[in-house]
Amino acid sequence: MTASSAEEWGHLMAAAQAGDGSAYARLLREILPYVRGIARRHHSSPDRVEDVVQDVLLTIHRVRHTYDPSRPFSAWLGAIAHRRSIDAVRRKVRTSAAETFSPIAYETYADPSANKEISAHEDSAVLTEAIAALPPGQRQAVELLRLKEMSLAEASEASGQSVGALKVSLHRAIRALKRTLGGRVDE
Amino acid sequence: MDGTEVLIARLTDGLQPVKRLPPPGLRATLWLGLVTLLGAAFIYGFSDIATFTHRASDPRLALELIGTLLTGILAVIAAFQLSMPDRPLRWALLPVPTFVLWLASSGYSCWRQWLVHGPGGWAAGESAHCFLWIVGFGVPLAISLFVLLRKAHPLAPGPVAAMAGLGVASLAAFLLQFFHPFDVTFVDLGMHLAAVATIIVLARAAAQRGLDAGRSR
Repeated sequence: MTASSAEEWGHLMAAAQAGDGSAYARLLREILPYVRGIARRHHSSPDRVEDVVQDVLLTIHRVRHTYDPSRPFSAWLGAIAHRRSIDAVRRKVRTSAAETFSPIAYETYADPSANKEISAHEDSAVLTEAIAALPPGQRQAVELLRLKEMSLAEASEASGQSVGALKVSLHRAIRALKRTLGGRVDE
Repeated sequence: MDGTEVLIARLTDGLQPVKRLPPPGLRATLWLGLVTLLGAAFIYGFSDIATFTHRASDPRLALELIGTLLTGILAVIAAFQLSMPDRPLRWALLPVPTFVLWLASSGYSCWRQWLVHGPGGWAAGESAHCFLWIVGFGVPLAISLFVLLRKAHPLAPGPVAAMAGLGVASLAAFLLQFFHPFDVTFVDLGMHLAAVATIIVLARAAAQRGLDAGRSR
């Protein structure tokens, strides 16, 4: 990031605060390499880096009213990107602490019902098809709230649907999936 | 279009203007000003100002009062600053010198009590009252402070809550001095600090959900 680009980003953010959507879109696209660079310092997996980048974009959107144009934009953006990268590291550590690596779990057994890993893959394919067949609003609710594990507020922000509409869509989607999969869906 | 591009499209589509948050120093000043007005009205209405003035003429108590009041003010300012994304964590050091002054001056008073009264210097004065007073005043003040702090959706709610807790507890302890016509013993001081710690712990516990309103996971 050069000094002139940081200054330009500050102007774009000030315009975004005033409701200029195109300036905001340009800003969010231009900062992606910088944010990815910070995320890569903490994470090696490309998927996780992209998760952090999206989390940073959502955070920027939520706290965009806190940016003061008289202060450097780079410090504001850098603090958000660092914080969310570290949050992701903490989440990863928490998740890892609750999981056990067991090579024996990859073995398959003569009894088909014992081959849970393979059947899980099959279930996953069926579930993916069932989700794809849902109406767009219900599919989006499942994707945001269950697959991406967003909170209702985040999903509402990302989708433009109200929290109430998201709840109803998710409820209907779960019912439809239960019908399709024969009751194998957890609420 | 990949997921990030979809997200950018969703965030920018139909973007609404937002009202910029006023500077944290100004917001802290407004909150402190309001608390000063309410505190002054309470002191004027209910305290024995003559007794307080007589006690405050002792330089040691005056130092303790200054330490308590400044700790409250500086911790509240630090909380507002830390609630902004780009403020460094070293803002949390702002109330440390005055907190040390408060502890040192209170500790010296306790030591004098112990020298004068012997074992009586360890006796509990109005400890339970003091604890309830600080917690009783501190909690409503903390709630009103949280309402303002959560507008910034702090990225790190823990330090913000700790500073807010220290600030309101110190201000409550300062107010207590107007209704506390005796020198503190070690037990009293311990109770004051326990009350401050209680407020900080409560504030930190409430912070994860209460301060970062947009983030529930």
